[in-house]
Amino acid sequence: MLDADFFRRWMTATAASVDREAERLTALDAAIGDADHGSNMRRGFAAVQAELDKETPGTPGAVLMLAGRLLISTVGGASGPLYGTLLRRTGKALGEVPEVTEAQFAEALRTGVQGVMKLGGAAAGDKTMVDALLPAVDALGDGFAAARTAAEQGAEATVPLLARRGRASYLGERSIGHQDPGATSSALLVAALAETAEG
Amino acid sequence: MSEEKRVGIVLVSHSAEVAAAVAALAKGLAGGADSVAVAPAGGTEGGGLGTSAELISAAAASVDRGAGVAVLTDLGSAVLTVKALLAEDELPDDTRLVDAPFLEGAVAAVVTASTGADLAAVEAAATEAYDYRKV
Repeated sequence: MLDADFFRRWMTATAASVDREAERLTALDAAIGDADHGSNMRRGFAAVQAELDKETPGTPGAVLMLAGRLLISTVGGASGPLYGTLLRRTGKALGEVPEVTEAQFAEALRTGVQGVMKLGGAAAGDKTMVDALLPAVDALGDGFAAARTAAEQGAEATVPLLARRGRASYLGERSIGHQDPGATSSALLVAALAETAEG
Repeated sequence: MSEEKRVGIVLVSHSAEVAAAVAALAKGLAGGADSVAVAPAGGTEGGGLGTSAELISAAAASVDRGAGVAVLTDLGSAVLTVKALLAEDELPDDTRLVDAPFLEGAVAAVVTASTGADLAAVEAAATEAYDYRKV
């Protein structure tokens, strides 16, 4: 069973990972975006971390709802509402129970990813965070490590894709050959999940 | 309709200067549109390029006169942030993201709001600005 502390540790692990990888995320974003993804994600998850350090909500759903709200209000780029919606929808789907099963979490995360797809209008193969998140959700039934591998492979598989959403889509063919920054940070989020589950 | 009950307009841009300048231009071109509350929400709270959920929420609250609020945006995160705030019920009742070109839509929205038109009419006028061909 996964409790509120598990989700707090997931957010903490994500904050650490995003902080470590911020330069790489920004470099990827410099190639096809506006070179702020690393700093935006670092700012957002630092705010999440600071708030959770003060007080951790009592349920898994409430932890993710709080984190999502903070991301929407602090990131300052498109990743704010997108990651914010991902966590808030997931948190809402988890309800107000003190513990959830892995299967319940997998189902809730799928709801969250669907919320992201609706908000951004992105489908699989559009070279966005969805390309890491959807394979991860599909693999989650086989465990957190399988989800991490699926997310990392999904992010790497965005390299040859043509961007169809966001600023990178203005580049057309020139977006080909670069790994998508959003898919890359999504893979970090899923890797942090696996890391948390491994303890 | 009393002046206090006019539709409020929020202009969200990645740039504080763009949002403020478009607001000034729309009010200027609308002539005598002082009765319409128009609030820019541009850039990040730190003054950089980007989108601030806090600035958008504050702007929407500041122009809400009880007749609804029309929000116009430029691109990307501005659109997504407004949509996310609407989904979270963090904006005043009767706030709508209006699908419109930013500058032309802002002028149409402010002029229409100044006539005392309702939110649907303001939204329609702003959206119609897409149909204004220049060549």
